[in-house]
Amino acid sequence: MSSTPPSLFDRLIRLPPFLWLAAFFLLPFAIVLKISLSEPATAIPPYLPVLDWRGGLDGWSSFLEALNLDNYATLYADPFYRDAALGSLGYAALASLILVAVGTPLAYALARARSRWQPMLVALVVVPFWTSFLIRVYAWIAILKPEGLLNLVLMHLGLTAKPLHLLNTDAAVMIGLVYAYLPFMVLPLYAVMNRLDPTLRDAAADLGASPTRVFWSVTLPLSLPGIVAGATLCFIPMVGEFIIPDLLGSSETLMLGRVLWSEFFSNRDWPLASAVAVLILAIVIVPVVLFRDSLQAGEGR
Amino acid sequence: MSGPPPRLILDGLTKSFGTHRAVDAVTLELQPGEFFCLLGPSGCGKSTLLRLIAGFERPTFGAIRLGDQDLTGLPPHRRPVNMMFQSYALFPHMSVAKNIGYGLEGIGRAATAERVADLLRLVRLDGFGARRPDTLSGGQRQRVALARALARQPKLLLLDEPLGALDRGLREETQGELRAVQRRLGTAFVVVTHDPEEAMMLADRIGVMEAGRLVQIGPPTELYRRPANRYVAGLLGDVNLIPGQLGSDEAGEVRTVATAHGSVRGIVAPLLAAGAAVVVAVRPEDLVLGDAGLPVTVTETTFLGDHLRRTLRLPDGSTLRASGRPTDTDLQPGSETRAGFAPEAAAILPA
Amino acid sequence: MTWVTRGAMVAGLAFLYAPILVLIGYSFNASPLVTVWGGFSTQWYGALLADAPLLASAWVSLKVAILTSLIATVLGTLAALVLERQRRFRGRALFTGLVLGPMVMPEVMIGLSLLLMFIGIGLDRSLLTIVIAHATFCTGFVAVVVAARLRGLDRSLEEAAADLGAPPMRVLTTITLPLLAPAIVAGALLAFTLSLDDLVIASFVSGPGSTTLPMRLYSRVRLGVNPEINAASTLLVGLVSLAVLGATWLTGRRHEA
Repeated sequence: MSSTPPSLFDRLIRLPPFLWLAAFFLLPFAIVLKISLSEPATAIPPYLPVLDWRGGLDGWSSFLEALNLDNYATLYADPFYRDAALGSLGYAALASLILVAVGTPLAYALARARSRWQPMLVALVVVPFWTSFLIRVYAWIAILKPEGLLNLVLMHLGLTAKPLHLLNTDAAVMIGLVYAYLPFMVLPLYAVMNRLDPTLRDAAADLGASPTRVFWSVTLPLSLPGIVAGATLCFIPMVGEFIIPDLLGSSETLMLGRVLWSEFFSNRDWPLASAVAVLILAIVIVPVVLFRDSLQAGEGR
Repeated sequence: MSGPPPRLILDGLTKSFGTHRAVDAVTLELQPGEFFCLLGPSGCGKSTLLRLIAGFERPTFGAIRLGDQDLTGLPPHRRPVNMMFQSYALFPHMSVAKNIGYGLEGIGRAATAERVADLLRLVRLDGFGARRPDTLSGGQRQRVALARALARQPKLLLLDEPLGALDRGLREETQGELRAVQRRLGTAFVVVTHDPEEAMMLADRIGVMEAGRLVQIGPPTELYRRPANRYVAGLLGDVNLIPGQLGSDEAGEVRTVATAHGSVRGIVAPLLAAGAAVVVAVRPEDLVLGDAGLPVTVTETTFLGDHLRRTLRLPDGSTLRASGRPTDTDLQPGSETRAGFAPEAAAILPA
Repeated sequence: MTWVTRGAMVAGLAFLYAPILVLIGYSFNASPLVTVWGGFSTQWYGALLADAPLLASAWVSLKVAILTSLIATVLGTLAALVLERQRRFRGRALFTGLVLGPMVMPEVMIGLSLLLMFIGIGLDRSLLTIVIAHATFCTGFVAVVVAARLRGLDRSLEEAAADLGAPPMRVLTTITLPLLAPAIVAGALLAFTLSLDDLVIASFVSGPGSTTLPMRLYSRVRLGVNPEINAASTLLVGLVSLAVLGATWLTGRRHEA
């Protein structure tokens, strides 16, 4: 609430983060935007036009004229990219829903655990969160592959005669997404649930509500900001996810992060890769703007 | 650097937050060595006023001067004014001695240690220097905060609800100590409080604030006996307010008011014209039951230990409260009597 | 309800830990085949120690993570001070967007955009470019962690210091930063871990000779399950668990004191 006028000190504090992020976040973003409007070329750099600022005003105008929306037209027209966009959205949305269903009971159980045990239980959820993402995805390969642990168990129990094809399927991608992002769902949700006034539950119980009704009528509605925050926090990176579809999916698993990767590294089509990046960003911006308030509510992790 | 201690002057001080005027044109002159209380309910602007003097807020209009020095544009760390915070704001990562010595930078280690020891003695905490604030009791923390705020020998000490966090019993004891420290040092104190009893007990003068304005300034007895309006009258203690119309008969301080139950006399507030709608404010302890005054019926008698509280009903159904000695047990509920008061005990205020 | 919650807890933790435990189990399997249990053996850990490329990239990752953590902690702490303490200034919305933006920006986008810029300005890809990229996306995380603590900090502590004559710099160094220390350490650890863990961004901006550990692991993992990787993973998981449990124990003890 203080309203002392801006001091030199305040400005000095702002400067380093501002300059760093303007140089390494804002500027690169502008460059991607520009390249997404360019055409690929077999040159160095492999796109056209390249701004030649020694060309003065004419250079600028010819530069601007050469920019076009061709790459976005390609993204729209080519079913490959359309499927990749819809695939990303579909995987991310479905995985978010499953995460809500799986994460809510776990977060609730954490919040209701004895206060003596809570720090340890939370730490147990946090350990995977801090553990290498790559390793956690990799672990599923050992479980899901044809000669993997799951097939071994299933065959041992006589549930299947020959190994099931589990790895490199949509189901494997879904398992990987839910598994890898579960801590991101549980922690913000737990933060919100843990802050709920316990007397509200007691009051509902006192008024004759069964534990189930207390959960559905009091705890869950009040935890909604946490649920939205958790789901959004998972949805956003999942849209651009690369590792999981690449390691657990099949060659048919189309997700934008992977498409961008191959456009860039395999096809060396920088303008198209840039256009895909802008598309991912456009998809991601929507829930951020939509759920800004909830995201702030779930921030206390 | 001696000479007469400077006096604090607030000149038309105003602070707006958006369209809300938290402090509205406050003008005040503080005497050197004075113990001044800002009294008002929460949200009246008293804390904002204190923060303006300390420099944590910049005034929208107006000026703050200390002697010849204009403080208005100075940042907090350049003001010769110190503040004791309501939460005490003791630095949790520093010992008591480090807390008290925080403001003494630049005078050398030995001099700092000596001054800290003096201050610890002043607040009767010798030997507590090495302790951490979180190992102290509430009262001890309060005294550390006081010592820390006094360390730089401020020309003016601001105290925001200094006793607000203390238990009731400890509070009275601490009031006495605060008063004693202030007397001994001769530093001017400005205390913000919402507790009228505390203000009356501590202050040489009280400034009552209402909605950002300073509505009345004066010694406690004057505010209690001669409140400027109904708000001040009610804030400082229980009061009976009897509506009526100011008579036109006489000039002078003592005037007659025609009420629905007969005329009464009291001392008129300034600027009230004859015929104006007024209220007569009388404290319960000033109501005398007997042969003279307004006709009343006793409806209830409550024994409160050191005094009796009687509820009286006027003919129109409105009630008055009177207090009496606990031995006056003759007037039982249902008795009819009259309630009168001396003109000097009644204040005629704008309705 | 207690049975339901207890069941949810057990099931949830089992789901989280089963794959990790499987990995740890396999790392001690003498047989390189997942299907065969060849007896208990630590041979893969030995192989790990002899694996020069893997150790080299672990060293690269460590250097990157330390530098990243240093830069991101300074920038993030400053950013948190601005976000929490400077409520109004021109460009505040832009500043907030710049700090928090990289957190929601897809990794592929950050990697691609920085690479395109590095190429544009002719900066050779190296360990330095990885550090720049990592510090850029970690700053926001540090800022969020520090800002949360700053929000809970009693403002009057800083005001009291200013009131006692401390100029802004002294308030910052003697009051604000010491009180923020736990959050700053937590933020630094978070930045360290995020940097250590990153595959996607590093893949874009790393140059020859600056292959990070996740990049090395990834190139091997693509070829299938590898017992040596299991051993490396076990070590990493053990390290992280020790750190997290230790931190929990430490903070728990501080509460009791």
